Amino acid sequence: MPHVEICAETCKGCALCVRACPKKILRLSPTVLNQKGYSPSECTDPSACTACRSCALTCPDVAITVYKD
Amino acid sequence: MARVLMKGNEAIAEAAIAAGCRFFFGYPITPQSEVPEYFSIRMPEVGGTFVQAESEVAAVNMLYGAAGTGVRAMTSSSSPGFSLKQEGISYIACAEIPAVVVNIMRGGPGLGSIQASQADYFQATKGGGHGDYRLLVYAPASIQEACDLMATAFDRSQKYRCVSMILGDGMLGQMMEPVEIKPVEVKQYDNSWATVGWADKSRPRAVVNSLYITHEELGAVNKRLQAKYKEIAANEVMVEEFNMDQPEFVIVAFGTVARIAKNAVAKLKEQGINVGLIRPITVWPFPYCSLEKAAAMNSVKGFLTVEVSAGQLVEDVRLGVNGKKPVELHNTLGSVYPTPDEIVESILALKGRK
Amino acid sequence: MSEPVFKKTSMLTDAPTHYCPGCTHGIIHRLVAESIEELGLSDRAIGIAPVGCSVFAYRYFNCDMQEAAHGRAPAAATGIKRAVPNSIVFTYQGDGDLLSIGNCEVNHAAARGEKICVFLINNAIYGMTGGQMAPTTLIGMKSTTSPKGRDPEVNGYPMRGAEMLATHEGTYYAARVAVNNTKNILAAKKAIKKAFEYQNAGKGLSFVEILSTCPTNWGLSPIESLEFLENKMMPYYPLGVLKDKGAE
Repeated sequence: MPHVEICAETCKGCALCVRACPKKILRLSPTVLNQKGYSPSECTDPSACTACRSCALTCPDVAITVYKD
Repeated sequence: MARVLMKGNEAIAEAAIAAGCRFFFGYPITPQSEVPEYFSIRMPEVGGTFVQAESEVAAVNMLYGAAGTGVRAMTSSSSPGFSLKQEGISYIACAEIPAVVVNIMRGGPGLGSIQASQADYFQATKGGGHGDYRLLVYAPASIQEACDLMATAFDRSQKYRCVSMILGDGMLGQMMEPVEIKPVEVKQYDNSWATVGWADKSRPRAVVNSLYITHEELGAVNKRLQAKYKEIAANEVMVEEFNMDQPEFVIVAFGTVARIAKNAVAKLKEQGINVGLIRPITVWPFPYCSLEKAAAMNSVKGFLTVEVSAGQLVEDVRLGVNGKKPVELHNTLGSVYPTPDEIVESILALKGRK
Repeated sequence: MSEPVFKKTSMLTDAPTHYCPGCTHGIIHRLVAESIEELGLSDRAIGIAPVGCSVFAYRYFNCDMQEAAHGRAPAAATGIKRAVPNSIVFTYQGDGDLLSIGNCEVNHAAARGEKICVFLINNAIYGMTGGQMAPTTLIGMKSTTSPKGRDPEVNGYPMRGAEMLATHEGTYYAARVAVNNTKNILAAKKAIKKAFEYQNAGKGLSFVEILSTCPTNWGLSPIESLEFLENKMMPYYPLGVLKDKGAE
């Protein structure tokens, strides 16, 4: 199943991936804070992910790994 | 190579090639322009590289880049141009890149003159650019000595990963003398720090850098640099002590001025006055020990510093003599050089004062 | 689990970057690093970091690196490339570093046709020193040294790097790209990769200007910054290939 892995500790919560995601299934976590104090990005609906890589391509911190299956 | 008649600037360039230098980055400025001119002919012949940079600033940063790959490289200039290179030299010193620089001094301050001068002594020996660093500074008095010291300058820069400087003046650069460019055995030093592309993964990734953002890091780097300068000061002092058998007075002078002073010593000898000469060959590290030793001699009544600057060399002489004997200054300014007779007069005045 | 279709390139180190959240320096670092890796140039690459926000680039690119004095990276690159002709040399410079203090060095490196890649990161401001006016700051744009907005009567006009560099005979390739959306990021990667390909083929200087953001000093959120880039910067700094000798 296509999916993304977001490294919560590397993420700086900039939300560029949220803007880039064509499926609109990314958001900044309303509950989690990482060690640096940022709200990391998270996927709200993994089943809708198409592994299009848009989020990873736009992430300035290379915090996202994308899998096709 | 047989003895040939060569202009100082050209001989310096040829000696650099003999010392294994294959990269030269420069910019024209009188009275050193024959250095880049000569390299532009010779470098292609020896498989080397000559680049005429767009400025002295660019030239010294090309040197930073090239020498940062571990090759033997140099730049040269004259006083105003050398001021422009100071930023780059400070970076090279902190990044511990081995490099050789040549300053064929002319009169200053400002645009000054195009004739010889010694007024960059402080700049050469006390720092020059920003921060705590030293150059290993050789001050030759003849073209032959300049050529011989070029080999030493390259070797020591590689050995200590420091900046070596040849400090000449317009007279040395422009005059012609018979010279023998001797073959040099080019010793290879560890270059694993150099940025050549990280194909050899047995060494760490190479980073040539002078930025240490935390005070602890920068403190440690400075400590290491100072330890290195201490080692250089302990091992690399070069000095000529001339006619120092129980002299009544001691002249201190470097470079071409020391040659003029030698004539004064000979003239004084004819008058029955025994005067010695201490000629620092390295002006940093300075031969303070020779001054200390001379100051302790019972025969010595005083010192005369002869320099073409406003009282720069004399400060180091006073540090060496350390108040034990009087130290007088005979100096000329701008690009005016002293004559032997004028120096004789100054010694006679010193003697008459007793 | 199968191999990922996107993972971090080995040409970037594991060091976390010091860049502010949403600063697009990180994207550009990745594009440069991936291009080097994909072309098999990692072992020959030597990068040069500037002075400015990307001063620590030597910590992030996983190849031999030099850190140059402010604006002097193209001069240092000249020295490196001449000394190690088989190396792949690139400079990574901000707009203050390259277009202000280093304008002389980059133009002469281009005029000489140095076989290097020069990447200009244009975010229209001095980031590291705290948001002062850059040579690229737009007319009317506020900075800490143009607090009422850049006034051409006082401060002159913003400078277009890619157009200027394209004028040199020694420039082989000059392009302006942006990293504001997926499509443009892919195009930026293509331009950066092309620059390295040309260097690897022994061609002259390749120059890629990349429009970037500075949320912190622009006083905008990361997403608002992308919008500023799109709406304000792109009209003055149009994207496109200014020169491509390989395509002629």
